[in-house]
This record gives sequence, C-alpha cells and structure tokens, in this order.
Amino acid sequence: MLNETEKEEVARELERYPTRQAACIEALKIVQKRHGYVSDEHLAELAGLLGMTEDELDGVATFYSLIFRRPVGRHVILLCDSVSCYVMGYEDIYRHLRGGLGIEFGQTTADGRFTLLPAPCLGCCDRAPAMMIDDDLQLDLTGPKVDQILAQYQ
Amino acid sequence: MITIYVDNQAYQAKAGGNLLEAVLSLGLNLPYFCWHPAMGSVGACRQCAVTLYKDEQDTQGKIVMACMTPVKEGLRISLQDRQSRDFRARVIEWLMANHPHDCPVCDEGGECHLQDMTVMTAHDYRRYRFAKRTFANQDLGPFVNHELNRCIACYRCVRFYNDYAGARDFSVLGCHNTVYFGRSQSGPLESEFSGNLVEVCPTGVFTDKTLKEHYTRKWDLQTAPSICVHCGLGCNTIPGERYGTLRRVQARYHSQVNGYFLCDRGRYGYEFVNRPERPRTAMIRRDGQLAAASAEAALAAARELVGSARGLAGVGSPRASLESNFALRQLVGAENFYSGQAPWLDDCVREALRQLQIGPATPSLRQVEQCDAAVVLGEDVTNFAPMLDLAIRQAVRVEPMELARQLKIDLWLDGPVRELIQDRRGPLLIASPAATKLDEIARWTYRSGPAGVVRLALATARELDASLPVPDGLDEPTARLAKEVAAALAKAKSPLVVSGCGCGSVELIQAAGVLARALAKVNSAARLSLTVPDCNSLGLAMLGGKNFRQALEALRLGRADTAVVLESDLWDLAPTDAVESALAGKRLVVLDHLPGRTVQRADVLLPAGTFAEADGTLVNNEGRAQRFFQVFPPQGDIRQSWRWLGDLAGRNWPNLDAVLAELSSALPDLAPATGAAPQANFRIEGLKVARQSHRYSGRTAITADVTVHEPKPPDDPDTPLTFSMEGFDGIPPAALVPRFWSPGWNSQSALTRFQQEVNGPLRGGPAGVRLINPGSSGGTAVSAVSGESDQAGPQAGRLCYQKLLVVPAWHIYGSEAQSMQSPALAGRAPRPYLGLSPADAAQAGLQADQRITAQFDGQSLSLEARILPSLPRGLAVLGMLAGQPAVQLPAIIDPPPKGAP
Repeated sequence: MLNETEKEEVARELERYPTRQAACIEALKIVQKRHGYVSDEHLAELAGLLGMTEDELDGVATFYSLIFRRPVGRHVILLCDSVSCYVMGYEDIYRHLRGGLGIEFGQTTADGRFTLLPAPCLGCCDRAPAMMIDDDLQLDLTGPKVDQILAQYQ
Repeated sequence: MITIYVDNQAYQAKAGGNLLEAVLSLGLNLPYFCWHPAMGSVGACRQCAVTLYKDEQDTQGKIVMACMTPVKEGLRISLQDRQSRDFRARVIEWLMANHPHDCPVCDEGGECHLQDMTVMTAHDYRRYRFAKRTFANQDLGPFVNHELNRCIACYRCVRFYNDYAGARDFSVLGCHNTVYFGRSQSGPLESEFSGNLVEVCPTGVFTDKTLKEHYTRKWDLQTAPSICVHCGLGCNTIPGERYGTLRRVQARYHSQVNGYFLCDRGRYGYEFVNRPERPRTAMIRRDGQLAAASAEAALAAARELVGSARGLAGVGSPRASLESNFALRQLVGAENFYSGQAPWLDDCVREALRQLQIGPATPSLRQVEQCDAAVVLGEDVTNFAPMLDLAIRQAVRVEPMELARQLKIDLWLDGPVRELIQDRRGPLLIASPAATKLDEIARWTYRSGPAGVVRLALATARELDASLPVPDGLDEPTARLAKEVAAALAKAKSPLVVSGCGCGSVELIQAAGVLARALAKVNSAARLSLTVPDCNSLGLAMLGGKNFRQALEALRLGRADTAVVLESDLWDLAPTDAVESALAGKRLVVLDHLPGRTVQRADVLLPAGTFAEADGTLVNNEGRAQRFFQVFPPQGDIRQSWRWLGDLAGRNWPNLDAVLAELSSALPDLAPATGAAPQANFRIEGLKVARQSHRYSGRTAITADVTVHEPKPPDDPDTPLTFSMEGFDGIPPAALVPRFWSPGWNSQSALTRFQQEVNGPLRGGPAGVRLINPGSSGGTAVSAVSGESDQAGPQAGRLCYQKLLVVPAWHIYGSEAQSMQSPALAGRAPRPYLGLSPADAAQAGLQADQRITAQFDGQSLSLEARILPSLPRGLAVLGMLAGQPAVQLPAIIDPPPKGAP
C-alpha cells in the first residue's frame, strides 16, 4: 500500500499533466524511491490512481531499464558497457566487480548490498570507464579504485 | 487509375493507397509483416523494402518501405534488383535470429505467414550461432495459446487487440531485444475478439487453443464456405473438418459483412457439432421409451403421424435455414406454420423487419465502420451482436480522422493518424438499461428501461423534425441530452441509429425507426441498423409464420394434435407449464441436432445436420441472404432438415436448387435468395470446386483399416462443391471460396490474391444478396410512438419501488444455445442471475451472489442476486442463459425473496 506521503506526491504530479496517464513515469519513480522497486501490488495500486490498466502501466514500467520490477540491493551499480567504456577497459572492470562481489549482471549479492546492472551509456565517454552507484557517478575506473569506491557503500 | 512501373513494366494502380497494397493488388510478391489490410501501415518491420527510382535515368535508386510510400503517377520501383533483395534478405535474417526451429510441432506450420515470407526471401541458412532469447508463456484462457519464443516483434497483435479492438488487458512489455507481448499477469484475454490474434499473428505465437485439442494441418482440413450461426449478423466463416469432426472455424473475408475478423463466439462456438450427446440416430418412441430405429423406419413413423394427424402445427426455427423452414411450411401448410422464436422476441423481429422495409436503408457492418456519429438505443451490442461492437469502435474514429484529412495525412498511415487523434472520439450515445462495454468510448451514456430510451429517441427525433410530437413525460435532463445528441447527429455526414431486439421492446424498435427517418429528412445518408437474436431470425420472419403463442393455443385447444418441431427446443420458447399443458397427449415429430427437452419428449426423432453438415441460406440482420455449404457429409442417420422434411412431405426434391425454385414461386419476395450463390450445376473449367486442398493427405489410406479400395467421394447433388481434392482449386466466385490459398501464400494472407484490390470485394462477383429494399414493400411509417404505450406499467423514470421491471441482459458466452455446447465457451458463461440496482437490493435485503427465487408469470427461477451499480432503481436485468426456463420479457415481478440457503 502506498502511504499518505506517496499518495500526495502522486497527486501533485497528476496536477501537472492534462491526462492522468501522463504522470505514470513520475508515479513509478515515487514508489521506487521509497521501496527500491515497484512490486506487483504497487503497480496495481498506481494503475488505479492513474486510470490505466495494470497491463498498460507495466508496459511503461518494463520499458524503462531504471524502473525496477524486482527487488534490488541497497545499492545499485550501473556499469557502462557502451563503446567508449568498452575501448577503455570496461571488460576488466566487469571482471573485477564479478570477482569482488560474486555476482553477474542482473544479480544481487547474498547480503542484499549490491545489485549489478549494465548501462548503455552514462554520458561521460571522456572519463571512461565509468559506472554509477545509486546517484553517484564514478569515473576513470581502475580495479583498485573500484574496491575503494565499493567500500563507501555499506 | 494511374500508371506505375515495377521492374520496368507498366501497371495500372489506384491512386491514394500505399505501394505495398498496390503491389499486392497487382498479384506481385512482396514480403511484409507489420502491415495488415485492416490496420494500415506503421513501417516497423522493414520487410517490404523496395528500390525507388527518381526517373528512367536513375540507376542508383534508394530503398524505401513500400507500405509507407504513397502511390503516385509515374512511380518507378524495383522488387527484383539486387539492392532491395539483399535488404529484405537481411531483414528476415535478423527477424529470424531468435525464432525457434519448431515448425514441425508448431500449430501454425503449413499456414504460417513467416514461413511463406522466409521462403519468398530465400533465407535458408542461419548464421546466428548464439543462445536465442526465450520467454515464459502465459495462460491466456481457453481460446488462445501463447508461445512467445516464436515472436518476431511485428506488433500486429497489440495493434489489433488494443488499437483496433479497444481492449486494455494486453500490452508490450520490456524493451530492445526482449519484448514481451502478453499480459501483466496470466489470465483469460478479456476482449470478445481475442481469437483474431490467431489470424493476425504472422507466426505461431498466438494459435487456436481449441484446434490444439484435435489438431489438423490446414492442408488436411476439408473446408467449405459457411456462415456463422451464433448471432444475427451473418459473418462469413471457413469451418474445417477432419475424420468427421469439426476442428476449427476461421474468418472468411467479406468486404461488406465481417471484413477480416470474427468474434470469439463465432470462432469458438463450433464444438456443438462434435458433442457426443448430440442426437445422431433416428429414434421412435416405443412403450414410452425412445428407441433407436433405422432412418427409413423413423421416416415412415413420422409420415404415419403426420398423415393421420387431425391437425398439424409446424414450429420453424430462427437457427435453421430458409430452405428447412420453407420445407416445414410446405409440409404442414402455411396456415399451420409457426415461428420458433420466443414470442416476445418474435414480435420484435417482425417489427425490425417492418422498419427495415420502411427505411432508411440499413448499413452493412463495413458501412457502420464508416459512420461518423451513432446512437445505440437499448442494445448491448457487444453481447447481442458482437461484431457490431467492433464496427462501432472503428466508427468513433471517423469524425476525428477529419483532422488527418485536413492535414493531408494519408489515412492508412496508422501511426501518425493515431498520434493525431489521441483520445478524440466522434459522437456516440449509448442508451441502455445497464452499463455496456461500449460506454468507455461513448460521448453520452443514458441509463433507463425501454420506455425511457423510447422517450429519449422520440425527443431526439422531435429536435430534428419539428412536425413530430413532443413525447409525454419528458424530463428536463433527457430533453437536454436529446437536444445535444440531435445537434451532433444533424452535423454528421453519415449518422447511424442502432437498435434492435435486445431489449425486447417493440416500441423501442419503432422509436428507432422514427428517429432514423427524422434524421434522414435532414441528411439522406442516415442509416438504421437493427439487431436480431439468431442467425436466421429475419429469414424466418420473412417466411411469415404465426407467433408461437398461437401454436401453443392450437395445441392446447386440440386444433392440432401433432406437432412437427424443427431445430427448436419448445421449452426455450415459453414457460414450462404452458408447453407441457399444450403438449399433453399430443404427438411430436422432432428434427434437431441439439439435445434438449423437446428431443427427449419426441415420439419420432429425426437427427438433423448442423450448419457444417447442411446446405442452406440464412438471412442476416440487414436482410442479406447468404449461402452456407456442407463442410462434410452427414454421418449415419443424420440428414439435412430440409431433406427429411421434403421426404416427409412427399416432395421429391432432387437437390437444394429445387427447394429454392419452389420457394421462389411460393414466396416471390424471397426469390432473390436463390442468387445468394451459384447453383449446383455451376462449373469452372468443367470442374466443381474442391473442398479438400490438393495437398490433402491420406486419401487412399484413410479407410485402409476397413478396405484397401479407395472409396468413391460422396456425391454432392446440392452444390457446385465436391468432397474431394479433385476439382477446381483456383479462385472461384466469392460465395464458393472454401479456403484462402495461393502458390507461395499458405496462410490467410493469401486473401489479397482473392480480393479485387486490398480491402475490396472478392473476385468473381458478390457473395450473398440483399432481400430488402426499403420503401418497396411493407407497412406505412409510424411517425409517433408513445413512450407510455407499453404494457409494462411502472418504468424506470416512473419509479414504483414495490415492483421491478425486468429486461434481458445478453451474454456473448451463455445466451446462444449452440455455442453453449462448446466447453471452451461454456466455461466463460455466468451462472443464472438477476441483476439488481444497489438500492433495490438493499431494500430487499439482498447481498451479492445470494440465492434467490424470482417469480415470473408462469415460471419461477432460481437465481443468484447480482448487484449492478449502473442499473437505475426499479429496473432489473435477467441474465439470458441458454437452457434456463423461458420467461417472457420485459416483465414486472415482485422483488425476490431470498431463496432457501
């Protein structure tokens, strides 16, 4: 169930658009902000608020790779696998992350600390290879630097 | 017509369409996926690439998508050049990258558009070496099977299901190379048109789940042109048979009737033909028990009963052909011929016929799609005449599409047109007792019983034609609504009035006529569409028998002591007591293919052929006579009803044409029905049309367990079709098309080869013929109907809380007797119920799903209470479910007391 704050936030978004369903992406982000992901129950509840069917809203939710429809870890690592990062050593970074965390793309560590996902581009080709953890951009990555960075996220 | 050049050859093409349509209409081969003739172009799949040249000197050219390119004078393209051939080969290669190699176990195999296109582009070797993406499939209910690994992401399914049919429980999930076409959760597809996914999908993602139960390849099916028997619209179908059982039903394109599609009742209702409970043997009652007899003995016994009768009553059937009903009429005499439509519905059908004869003209379903304003009076078309729902869903797009015209956007450009229209919809009024599915696209909804809807219709008519009287008892909100609706109708280019028999109100049908005629004075393009309950309701009414009430009276008073009942269950027509007292001590000859109470009561039972085992003519709600043909010869004692009756009557009709000839001379108004299809002696190149494909397998082995001598194909003296693979297998006249197939085109997409042009009529002349010319015959126009005239007494709007006015509520799955024998469909029918408004339920102390007993005149019904928030107070609806005791509606009843727990 959405709490009162979330409902208020969704209501505020609804006011900004001429049609209810136009607010659907923002509404999904509001839910994800608190819960980390959008559960089936939340999806159904939001669909009701937005005048959409669950199928319609799920179509939107699953289209965007940064709306999560399954639980994720406390921190989400988005590792860029696009051309510039690939050239600059993305494969080493990925190998390093896999070794250190024991997970592949799409998986979450057993302690629920990290989820590892690929990102097509983070928009900082000049500082490749790059990744993003939660809202923080991490640039010019090397193996040792990755270890240092990960340590900051418990 | 304009000239275009394809590979340096000049062709005549129609201006205004797109290049893919033009190329296909010319009979040339060009592969495509995302384009569909009914849904237009989106340019998504990139398969129909061709090379477009600037002029004769241009040797380079550029690749364009044919489906996105308008046809213009002098257009110069190539299909055969290396550049576009390579492009198309690459496209199919990537579309096929994830497609499984499962054709041998795929239900689509052998009629797969993807297979055909792959062969057409000569893609025969897979270079992709990696793991294919795989999906979990969903249970989409009893009709449609889901196997998503086969998907090539053409988006046709979602464009049909959501965009065209307006359903919202299906969607595209995921993104980039993992796109999932399905539902958020497993569950039955909610649309009444879900079965069309099977034909719309170019490959085996969506396949017919009922076919899977008794699977047969397309080339092994024996097929014939047929007409749907599950409602009054007369959609054209292709049923397929193997080993004596019907395997599936597909849509048979008709440019004026059903177009490319069918509803799920029409597609999945066929299994009554295969039911083991079906009467299959001739029977005679001996010592109170029905016992099997030979066909000849039963016929002799029936002849004896009919011959020795002191008075005959013949009960015809709205689900039997014109020929069978006529044969009965000839047997018993016109004065003893009665309608087998429930009397209250019979009154409505006859009134509908009268209104159609007066006019204005009634539209075909295709014409309904093109109307730009519509009012629906008292009908729940989604449940009563489902394909009319689909047509109205297209009609509400017509007015906003004017925007596209103004911006000079071609209407076949589906993407831009939809983007432009968004949620804009043309004027549509739904006036009905309870909420209907079409409410979601309506501009106005109006909740009321029949009398209130009559008042609204008459008030609207009065707004359009000041010479009409103001209806009595008109309240302010209704008057305001009438003004608004009238203004929208007057402004429309082709306005439409829809009503019919669904409410059981004769006055409502008259009022619809009054409104349509008032509208026609303003705009001669105004049309009146009226629904009827059964596949031959109108044909039966045109034969002009008496009402079934009179049959009961004749039997009760002993004027008749022998009844001959054709394909009707009398217990469905009148309350049990009335039927039983009328039949007491009477003799009963019954012809039917459905098991039922009348069959059990028969003294002689003659097993009748279903539509799949019979030839005949049905008259749909527009008065269009259409011929259906035997799909397979009847087995055992089963014979077509008209043949049984002809033998009984001592007519030696050699074939169907003889029946039609006698019909034409006896009833000249019906004579044009003879021309619904070519006669039995019609031949093409000296050949009959083959019901079996030229690839039909096992012909010589199929009976090898009995004899190694190949049996002679059964004779068919009645039609220009043959039960054989030997015969004409090209493009026959439209009424005789047994399947759509053309070299290189094994799927339903072969259809474009049979059309004169894309979306145009089939080649070889019209299929079916209209029997009614408005203004030519029939009664005089009634210009006024009193909103208070019906006998029902207290009406919604004139509330009387002590009593309830009960009107029928129809169900696509449940109301029609034949389709209810299909397990897939019966499983989706509601339990018998009485729908009540929340206020009336509260007053009676009733809760949802509670058992109640409702007392109707002469009949008590055990029902569940359903609370319908949309119902006005004082109004109730009775779920019309096949096989439940018959009651006459509309009816006034006391609020039901709670039944025993």
